[in-house]
Amino acid sequence: MSLLQDAAVGEPDPIRAPRVSGSVLRTVGGKVLRAFITLAFVVVFNFFLFRLLPGDPIGLYTRGRNQDAEQLAELRRALDKPILEQFLTYVRNPFDPGIDSTRFSRPVWEMIGERVWPTLLLLGTAIVLASIIGIWIGIRAGWKPGSRFDKTSTGTTLTLYSMPEFWLGMMLLIVFSVGAFGIPGLFPVGGIVTPGVDTSTPLGWLNVLWHMVLPCTTLTLIYLADYSLVMRASLIDERKQEYLALARAKGLRDVMVRQKHAVPNALLPTITLIFLSLGFVVTGAITVETVFSWPGLGLLTYEALRGPDIPLLQATFLLFSIAVIVANLLAELLYAIIDPRVRS
Amino acid sequence: MSRVATQRRKAAFGRFWTTYRHDRAGMAGLIILVFFVLVAILAPILIPDDALDVTKADGERFDGPSLAYPLGTDDSGRSLILLLAYGTRISLTVGIAATLVAMIIGTAVGIMAGHFRGPGSHVLVGATDWFLVIPFLPLAIVLATVLGPSTLNLIIVIGITSWAGTARLIRAQTLSIEERPYIERSKALGAGNWHQMTRHVLPNVLPLVLANTTLTVAIVILSETTLSFLGLGDPLAPSWGALLDRAFSSGAVSRGAWWFVLPPGICVVLVVLAFTLVGRALERILDPRGATA
Repeated sequence: MSLLQDAAVGEPDPIRAPRVSGSVLRTVGGKVLRAFITLAFVVVFNFFLFRLLPGDPIGLYTRGRNQDAEQLAELRRALDKPILEQFLTYVRNPFDPGIDSTRFSRPVWEMIGERVWPTLLLLGTAIVLASIIGIWIGIRAGWKPGSRFDKTSTGTTLTLYSMPEFWLGMMLLIVFSVGAFGIPGLFPVGGIVTPGVDTSTPLGWLNVLWHMVLPCTTLTLIYLADYSLVMRASLIDERKQEYLALARAKGLRDVMVRQKHAVPNALLPTITLIFLSLGFVVTGAITVETVFSWPGLGLLTYEALRGPDIPLLQATFLLFSIAVIVANLLAELLYAIIDPRVRS
Repeated sequence: MSRVATQRRKAAFGRFWTTYRHDRAGMAGLIILVFFVLVAILAPILIPDDALDVTKADGERFDGPSLAYPLGTDDSGRSLILLLAYGTRISLTVGIAATLVAMIIGTAVGIMAGHFRGPGSHVLVGATDWFLVIPFLPLAIVLATVLGPSTLNLIIVIGITSWAGTARLIRAQTLSIEERPYIERSKALGAGNWHQMTRHVLPNVLPLVLANTTLTVAIVILSETTLSFLGLGDPLAPSWGALLDRAFSSGAVSRGAWWFVLPPGICVVLVVLAFTLVGRALERILDPRGATA
């Protein structure tokens, strides 16, 4: 860090421009390097955690399940190799297609490959909807703090924020799928598509959309609570800035002051947060996919931990960590691009 | 401690309480918390052990609310209102114990990372950043699977995964406190690291720790509910999350048994909301800069 700061504090001289761009490059390099170190620790942690425990690891690998003698002997042979050799094999390629799930007896990365798209579809839609609605609520509430809209929306979002997302999902299922309190069951109770429907036709897409309504609503409501609270706090901070007084003194209308001056600046921390909160997004994915039997990575994690299926669990943990580390890196880089103040 | 100091503290607490009493959201949170703490303390006295025993359950399975069972019955005919009251005890215990673990680790790491210079401090900052980046639930699932399901392990897992935010906050505060002249004075008088950290830095970061604690409890209780729902808690201790797990895996959702699902969730929301309101009120009072948040 100190190196980077020293590079940025140069006295003005004729060759300043190339030096600044060099420091930007170094900043980016530093951030990428840190992301890699974080990732390296995930791999090390992922490997040693399951092997440092006292007792017979076979017990952990096969807890609660019967396996035939041949499978057990195979597993024992693999685990009897020197720990360093096992570690090197793992580090060389944690994505080895030869790593098999102990519960489903299939390569773990193949299973993960099938589950990526449903998760991306569900989470992507929910994040986009939650960002739009959350930011809109945050702007309205934060521009006039203490107004009736602010009080109602802050109360509602704080309540949503305090809610376990899977519980909200279960309640929506009871009310809108099974039917309760006089409301007929409108939506399917789970899955991504009605068995037998071809998903490559427009009718198939509509069917997927129909299955997505409830899980997507659940996640959107939970995520938007977070986003709107941050947008509100950020706009309230921005309101105190002197340039807004100047904008008003020029005679700009309130709407223009808000849209042209306050909101763009207040958006910066909010957008960063949306990227940084991917860890929180992952939590929602695991439990909500479980409740709605949505065949994505979250449900796969649940199936892995119910086994427990250690190789599958290791693989999902690695994948989620990579996703979050990359999102963090992107957030930092994006922030440096859209906010010139961070660069110096 | 001299009598003057005690008196001064009493007066400071009195001023604090006068301000707090006028914070409506904070008072509402406090009242909800007092109610749930009373339920948690009185649960074993008021509820006979038989109410929790599956073999001695006397109700119909999945029975709706009635006079005998105000909140209906679960999948083995036990009274849900009694299970819920008992669950309060477990959820609050795990929530507070795990928060204590997280606060102790977070405060210790934060103060040390802010006080010392050199490679040791870099390691602490690196560890904090690592735990901040790694997604909470996958990490907690991996740890809980390795340790095995029990209430104590749940406390350990949540404690280890929840300290990093506190550590970062405390480190920043420590850095700013260490700039002040009285730290230099105590160094000049020959105070060692331990004395500086415990006698000068710690008392100054404590108010911040207190406000952060109540906000952490809120998140920790949500974490406990999530992990128990995934079956990573003690299967015999019916916390609110475990009740929801039971409702989910026994098919209460497809039966439309809303009375099995609704109350545990409402309890979680109320307690988490109450801790959040108290935490925000404490922040407003203890840290006047954040007055608008």
